[in-house]
Amino acid sequence: MNLVTNNKWIGQRTIRPDGMDKVTGRAQFAADTTMPGMIWGKVLRSPHPHARIKSIDTSKAEKLAGVKAVVTARDIVDFPIDKGAVMLGIQDMRWMCRNVMARDKALFPGHPIAAVAATTEAIATEACSLIEVDYEVLPWSIEIDDAIRPDAPILHEFNKFEGKPSNIAGRIEHKKGDLAEGFEKADVVIERTFTTRPVHQGYIEPHACLISVAPDGKTTIWSSSQGQFMVRAMTAHLTGIPQSDIRAIPAEIGGGFGGKTIVYLEPLATLLAKKSGRPVKMVMTREEVMRATGPTSGSKSTVKIGATKDGKIVAAHGTFYLQAGAFPGSPIRGAAGCSFTPYDIPNLLSEGFDVCSNRSKVAAYRAPGAPIGAYAVECVLDEVAEALKMDPLDFRLKNAAKEGTKAAHGPIFPRIGYIETLEAAKNSDHYKAPLGKLQGRGVASGFWFNAGGESSAQVNITEDGNVVVTTGHPDIGGSRAGIANICAELLGIDYRRVSVIIGDTQTIGFSNLTGGSRVLFASSMVVTQSTDKIIQTLRERAAKIWEIDPEAVKWENGAAHPVSPNAGQFEPLTLEELAEKAPAMGGPIGAGVQLNTTGADGGFGTHVCDVEVDVDLGIARVIRYTAVQDVGRAIHPGYVEGQLQGGVAQGIGWALNEEYIYTREGKVDNPGFLDYRMPVCSDLPMLDCIMVEVPNPKHPQGVKGVGEVPLVPVMAAVANAIYNALGKRFYALPMSPPKVLEVLEAPTREAAE
Amino acid sequence: MAKVHVTTTINGEPMEFLCEPGDTMLDALRGTLNLTGSKEGCASGDCGACSITLDDRLICSCLMLAVESQDHEIRTIEGMANGEKLHPLQQKFLEMAALQCGICTSGMLVASDALLKKNPDPSEEEVRFWLAGNLCRCTGYDKIVRAVMETAQELQNQEMRAQ
Ligand code: FES
Ligand code: FES
Repeated sequence: MNLVTNNKWIGQRTIRPDGMDKVTGRAQFAADTTMPGMIWGKVLRSPHPHARIKSIDTSKAEKLAGVKAVVTARDIVDFPIDKGAVMLGIQDMRWMCRNVMARDKALFPGHPIAAVAATTEAIATEACSLIEVDYEVLPWSIEIDDAIRPDAPILHEFNKFEGKPSNIAGRIEHKKGDLAEGFEKADVVIERTFTTRPVHQGYIEPHACLISVAPDGKTTIWSSSQGQFMVRAMTAHLTGIPQSDIRAIPAEIGGGFGGKTIVYLEPLATLLAKKSGRPVKMVMTREEVMRATGPTSGSKSTVKIGATKDGKIVAAHGTFYLQAGAFPGSPIRGAAGCSFTPYDIPNLLSEGFDVCSNRSKVAAYRAPGAPIGAYAVECVLDEVAEALKMDPLDFRLKNAAKEGTKAAHGPIFPRIGYIETLEAAKNSDHYKAPLGKLQGRGVASGFWFNAGGESSAQVNITEDGNVVVTTGHPDIGGSRAGIANICAELLGIDYRRVSVIIGDTQTIGFSNLTGGSRVLFASSMVVTQSTDKIIQTLRERAAKIWEIDPEAVKWENGAAHPVSPNAGQFEPLTLEELAEKAPAMGGPIGAGVQLNTTGADGGFGTHVCDVEVDVDLGIARVIRYTAVQDVGRAIHPGYVEGQLQGGVAQGIGWALNEEYIYTREGKVDNPGFLDYRMPVCSDLPMLDCIMVEVPNPKHPQGVKGVGEVPLVPVMAAVANAIYNALGKRFYALPMSPPKVLEVLEAPTREAAE
Repeated sequence: MAKVHVTTTINGEPMEFLCEPGDTMLDALRGTLNLTGSKEGCASGDCGACSITLDDRLICSCLMLAVESQDHEIRTIEGMANGEKLHPLQQKFLEMAALQCGICTSGMLVASDALLKKNPDPSEEEVRFWLAGNLCRCTGYDKIVRAVMETAQELQNQEMRAQ
């Protein structure tokens, strides 16, 4: 391990390599791309939450002038349900092939039924309306309680739970010790039930792609996603085109937060392009994004925690029911596996239930599942601390996981920085500041697994002695800046001499998704190893020129130097000079590394939130917020803070306003930014960050994933703050003005002031 | 489907284009004129990613018809930098990491520029309310607000030195 300590670039707020393109409007996002001969694709979607598709007649649409191709489920590769799972990453292709286009049954309003390509968008839309579908409308359920009733309409007949057809698609558990024995020892036991609503990732850029298929089958995909390799693999699976024939080119991505880790349009556009022989562009409307792409789960959780008088948690039981939407696969692992993990609890049972219902299939959203679990656990912890008359941070400190603690999901923690986040929160000015009338303060903590996984990098030295780094992960929030900092640091050159490129699937080795807080962790590992190889080459080249041993050459400040005067007296050879001499001295200088990276460990954060409640209007406003997180090592502090602030803002939206509202017909009633109310600039205060740096010993620069933890504690921190302000506790999200008023006006309420 | 002929000025340059009567200004900019810096996040006036100015007035180009630009002056993100020289707001956004994915950035910059033209010394609250029509899902707005305020400060100082 070579932790660089005297940094020139690591830890600096450098200007990101792609920044200029993004502030001038030049950056190419997926919907910005066009091609000669391009036509437009549009999707016909089900109006029903649950219906058998008896027949589809596309003949009228096909005859409309300007229509070039129509596809339905028949054109998509089928992965039969009874043949077992075909996993691609965390996605089961049996669900994917039915999610991109309904097969037999429409399972949610917005479920694609057919797709059309035509010379204009307007003609494509008109053609969709000419497609005749004969539906047998079926009873449906949206909410968890309805979906798990014994007489609930079953979405997938083959799915059995406890021997009977069921909408419960799975259960997981994490277990430690003996629950009954643990609760026996407790002096205080508190058990509460919480519900949360589905919320959307809310990326500002709708899904979009442009795809061309040549007559020989060679396919080019420009699209916005969190992984061009995922796009290639899923499109190949669903269209039958071999992966080697598909070139997936990552466009700039306008936000994803987990929601762009699966495909919706690409397989459809590919089939339309193949059939029509023309490049096909597809762009979702905002309404389509809201109706038919993944939100995260709504949930129902029951959490019971027992502690002794002296503040030790002795037992805990959590039951987390999460909505999967139309197909199995809700993030129960995140809910059940993360929410108790900041604490060392001897007796624990944490269970997760995956529940299908007639709403769009959920997709990952920042620490999938963990914020839902943390909301319930951290609120109950607050109540336990209050019952014990303990400061909520002291209570957490007393029970905090640390090096050597065995987490319920398996690992024994190495050196982690959770306690440091609690202490930093406690010592912050924020935590000590006085509060005004109708103001309250809440704290909460959160954990996320973090991930490593496959990553590839190629580093090449240009003939003029500069550097081109290619990696395989889309840059969603500034990872290119981190990579440039690290590469420049290792080579000892100005970071502006490093250009960072996101390679397409045919030019760089396999790299897994941008997700799981893994990108800078994984990509900097392969970039570091590639750069180390290059430095080795550069030393060898200098040694050859000087006719000394390579071991007698060191690389420093962008040049080769003799290690000591007795190695010989030579003028340093700079990167530029060695690049210039390369043709005569062994050829091009470059190195590539592919790795399955490990050692990501977990990430922890602790948040402090102040709210002020307008009791007449029911509006809770966050007036001060501090996010503390162990970030391992902040390679680019500006973008690390940005991750923290962005996650907090999303959590505040989730806590206070965001939710899917349904009509009586089972349709999303607020599919736009006007009614699906995400936080705007005037809703929020400045968001303070305290970055605790406990370097990850398993990473060359000490990097830990940072992108997901910031969302985990937020809803609980806000809920705890509202309780502190009003003496009223909310057991359901969002705590929107009508709901706050309802609680305030409940007859049992003592005056809030 | 007779197309309409429109004569207008975009980023200081005279322009002519054909459009459908129902096309929005955003359609015309992104489609016919190939100025894709303005983004479509919602097409309903709720996200601000398509912000442009029409005769110095900040508007959502998704809510304006392309034909309405006839004889008016349009400014988009593409006209913000002066050749190689970035506008001070663009420079500050870069230096202060006031963007992550960058999809909202064009709209944010155009809106912030319109604010500083109207009010060269805005309070934090004024910045926040002015930018309330521009959604950003990545940054939590903190760095954006700071970048706008700092640019305003710098421009003010320069002005004072010039006097
Ligand atoms: S696209 Fe115009 S405001 Fe959203
Ligand atoms: S930077 Fe991504 S939406 Fe603003």
